Amino acid sequence: MFVRHSRQVLLMTCLVFISMSAVPAEISRGAMLSNSCAACHGTHGKSPGAIPSINGKSASFLSKALKDFRSGERPSTVMGRHAKGYTDEEIELIAQHFSRAQP
Amino acid sequence: MNTINRRKFLLFMGGSSVALSTLGSIVSCSKPAKASGRVVVVGGGFGGATCAKYLNIFDPDLSVTLVEASQRFTTCPFSNAVLGGMRDLDSITHGYQAHEKRGINVIHARVTGIDGTGKKVTLDNGKTLSYDRLVISPGIDFKWDQVNGMTAADTELIPHAWQGGPQTTILQNQLMAMPDGGVVILAPPGNPFRCPPGPYERASLIAHYLKQNKPKSKILIVDAKDKFSKQPLFMQGWEKLYPGMIEWVSGSSGGKIDTVDVKNKTLHSELGEKYKGDVINFIPPQKAAPIVHTAQLTNNDGWCPVNQRTFESTVSPGIHIIGDASVAGQMPKSGFAANSQGKVCAAAIVSALNSLAMPEPSYVNTCYSLVSPDYGISVAAVYRYNSDKGIYKAEGSGGVSPIDADAEFRKSEARYAGGWYDSITSDAFG
Repeated sequence: MFVRHSRQVLLMTCLVFISMSAVPAEISRGAMLSNSCAACHGTHGKSPGAIPSINGKSASFLSKALKDFRSGERPSTVMGRHAKGYTDEEIELIAQHFSRAQP
Repeated sequence: MNTINRRKFLLFMGGSSVALSTLGSIVSCSKPAKASGRVVVVGGGFGGATCAKYLNIFDPDLSVTLVEASQRFTTCPFSNAVLGGMRDLDSITHGYQAHEKRGINVIHARVTGIDGTGKKVTLDNGKTLSYDRLVISPGIDFKWDQVNGMTAADTELIPHAWQGGPQTTILQNQLMAMPDGGVVILAPPGNPFRCPPGPYERASLIAHYLKQNKPKSKILIVDAKDKFSKQPLFMQGWEKLYPGMIEWVSGSSGGKIDTVDVKNKTLHSELGEKYKGDVINFIPPQKAAPIVHTAQLTNNDGWCPVNQRTFESTVSPGIHIIGDASVAGQMPKSGFAANSQGKVCAAAIVSALNSLAMPEPSYVNTCYSLVSPDYGISVAAVYRYNSDKGIYKAEGSGGVSPIDADAEFRKSEARYAGGWYDSITSDAFG
């Protein structure tokens, strides 16, 4: 009985949602800034290879890492050169974006 | 449907947490093709594959069709590692199954016509696709009319290997067949061209192969240019790893090639020098791929002018051109740049189709080059846009690897080069 009902609910709910035709949310500045990181760190910050994954790390960790790369306090190969292209505010947006990505 | 009435439905929805969680999980079942949401992406390389994927990420309800002639795409990045004997071609070849799984309609066909006014694309399989926005990421073609003595048909004998796949294999087979003590000639073109550091990474990894297998051989680079990408870093690496093996001739000292004598495997320079090789890798001057010429989307130099904020053609509204074929301000022509542009273009299209504000674009490029399997160097930059300058390098960002770095640093960058390849190919094709 439950199974039969839930199937019917599924069908009806799908119809309800189709008729609503969802409009996507505005693409945030944080997403725009962060998407270019994916070429090295993987889609949504999840890396399949030798470059560290950054998805699901805390915003404070990511923001400190980027700022330390930028100042040179934390040594890096290429990250210092990247981090110098972003303001404090942009670094916060990037850190928040990846902190919300599924680990 | 007739066995469930409205009261039961409401009761079920309101009275059960199971129903609510079910509701959450089935929102994704609604994927209607909106009347104003059909995007066709032509070309399944780094630009097109990335753009199609991110269109789907930004707006899962959008109807996205990817048109690509080949079933599988062999990348130019890391094809030099194939020539160096470090990888096989299969490991740099990618399919489109992940796109199909996302709900992107993948069609393997060639585009025969573009009707920018009627917003239609015709294919060689007889189909016609209507679109609201068209993205073309077609890659490059060669300016054979600027090369004396050689045509496209001669690339079986003198490969360019500047598009990954069969051309890579031809060059690799020639290198393997060459006797020890032979001369390999590389002739890179003038700017702009696909992958500015590519010819010099190629010289490096061919040297890596020769050093192990044919150590008496030489590599001669006869260049159309007087300087090249990451030049001091490459030359430092060559001196360290392959002393005496690689010689570079600049354009003004006789490197600029005027004529290719295919039969005698000899290059003639503008200044009258002759260079005879056992293997010749002549990389011709370049322009955007044929389709955008047919569609009349190019400028006098053979590339596509675009609004660098959205990559929409300045010639034909509703058509976006990304990757090597586009004129993208200060960004180089690279797979990384195409990937970055694909995302910005996808954001521009999704924003426009849904009447949403588009965030200010931000782009990145990083070009890793391997001088040997354990010796990597890079050039990187963050790019921004404004209406005066177009795409420009963000102040203070970017630059090349330090010249005084130690062996450990070079080894790390070689490892990250491999990591980059895994990540960008999964970002584009995964």
